[in-house]
Amino acid sequence: MATPDTGAGRPAGWRPAALVAREKQTATGRTLRFDVPGWPGHLPGQHVDVRLTADDGYQAVRSYSLASPAHGTAVELGIQSVPGGEVSPYLADDLPVGAEIEVKGPLGGWFVWNGSSDGSLLLLAGGSGIVPLMAMLRARRDTRYDSPCVLLYSVRDPQEIWYADELHSAEPFLTVRVLHTRRAPAGAARPAGRITAADLQGLPIPADSRCYVCGPTGFVEHSADLLRAAGHPADHIRTERFG
Amino acid sequence: MNDPFTTHLDGNALAGPLADVFSVDPTTAWRRCPSCHLPSSLGQLHVYGPGPGLTGRCPGCADIALRAVSQPGHLWLQLGTGGGAFRFHLPTSAP
Amino acid sequence: MSGSGFSPGFRGRTHAFEGRLPPGQYPTESFPVLSAGPTPHLSTDDWTFTVTDETGGSRSWTWDEMMALPQQEPTVDIHCVTRWSKFDTRWRGVSLDVLLDGVDTAADYVVAESYDGYTTNLPLQDVTDGKAWLAHSFDGFALSPEHGGPARLLIPHLYFWKSAKWVKGLRLTLDNEPGFWESAGYHDYGDPWREQRTWSD
Repeated sequence: MATPDTGAGRPAGWRPAALVAREKQTATGRTLRFDVPGWPGHLPGQHVDVRLTADDGYQAVRSYSLASPAHGTAVELGIQSVPGGEVSPYLADDLPVGAEIEVKGPLGGWFVWNGSSDGSLLLLAGGSGIVPLMAMLRARRDTRYDSPCVLLYSVRDPQEIWYADELHSAEPFLTVRVLHTRRAPAGAARPAGRITAADLQGLPIPADSRCYVCGPTGFVEHSADLLRAAGHPADHIRTERFG
Repeated sequence: MNDPFTTHLDGNALAGPLADVFSVDPTTAWRRCPSCHLPSSLGQLHVYGPGPGLTGRCPGCADIALRAVSQPGHLWLQLGTGGGAFRFHLPTSAP
Repeated sequence: MSGSGFSPGFRGRTHAFEGRLPPGQYPTESFPVLSAGPTPHLSTDDWTFTVTDETGGSRSWTWDEMMALPQQEPTVDIHCVTRWSKFDTRWRGVSLDVLLDGVDTAADYVVAESYDGYTTNLPLQDVTDGKAWLAHSFDGFALSPEHGGPARLLIPHLYFWKSAKWVKGLRLTLDNEPGFWESAGYHDYGDPWREQRTWSD
């Protein structure tokens, strides 16, 4: 596989990022929009490192995925608040609109979708692993991409779905299937449970589609195994795990 | 997350710490494991950490590929084992 | 550093405890798991612990032999270099004084070696005189694999990376040989009260 172009920009140390808006996605999931002067642009799938500084000088750094394609100096991050976490609850609920943090990026040239690459896409998201895949879906929509794309979105229950309105709106060549792992909505054909080989059968995309998998480590390992067993070539599968 | 005994990140998590010392993105760099001969990109390594440091291991045999330790003002980077770690001075930034 | 302007109201976790907390630490009730690799799952049937002196002479214990040695139940505070401290942790194990008893050595240092390849270096005097244990139980239960079971070192007066998980032996050395983290930027000694985190601290 050709090495992807790492995109428009190179990270150049830490840049100030001012919080412009915060949007609730789920009970614990938030979309945060920042303005980052000098932002060099990025590719769908890339992430940033976020740095917080306490009054005593202590600093904490975490990685968060970019949820949108590049639009000037606007940077949108998806934050899943982890109970008891040091950074994510602060970002999700406490950082005031208008205040600044620091970001470094764009980062990562491995888990990216270079929109110019031909062909169909199979995206597998586990929970907040939807965030970098949403950047790919939005880039695809922005460019009126006309190859087929399937999103399999694994969530615990219907309340855990990010970007619900956007994903429910019909779009040509895009198939979205939500896989509920704990509780399925009434009348759902698929019983609740984690992703299985059956979920990968009969999808309206060819077997040589590029596959992007993002989610918790267990979900990614299991899903990548299923993809390989279903005949997807290993060099067409790209994964990103979070703890 | 599902199995506390095997929780690890992947080489994508190395992009930020290594960005300060590489002039190209390192996560697409390619390597063949000297122990099990499995090829992988840096982005595909299994990464344990983040504390006290990031340990990147072959996704096939868990042999150590690199270690990176971020400290205020410094990045320590050791490729493989036994070769010693380099301490890089990082550019100072705000505050 | 106050008034950097970034992340107003962010305090980290270092603010909430006084007294028994070394500088830069925060207290936790949980027991975070830090790892540098896959967790080894070791059977006590195959387990041995070996002390090797600087001339190559060695002495080993099987699991049953180790468990037949005099046992102690230390209750100690532990401090991780990643800034969490945990108070009044209850352990059961064998004092390293027992395992080092009778060893005739000129060595001033020791390297702890683990089943997963991990190493850490210590002054010999820091693992004797009741300061260090080979611990096999935590809070009344057999030590779980993710916390270093079946047995790990417990050296509570130093940062917890010195308390090697899955330990398989001690090697006495004439020189101070930096271990896994000590060779990659962490302090050779690691006193939490002097905040000896990094190589230059």
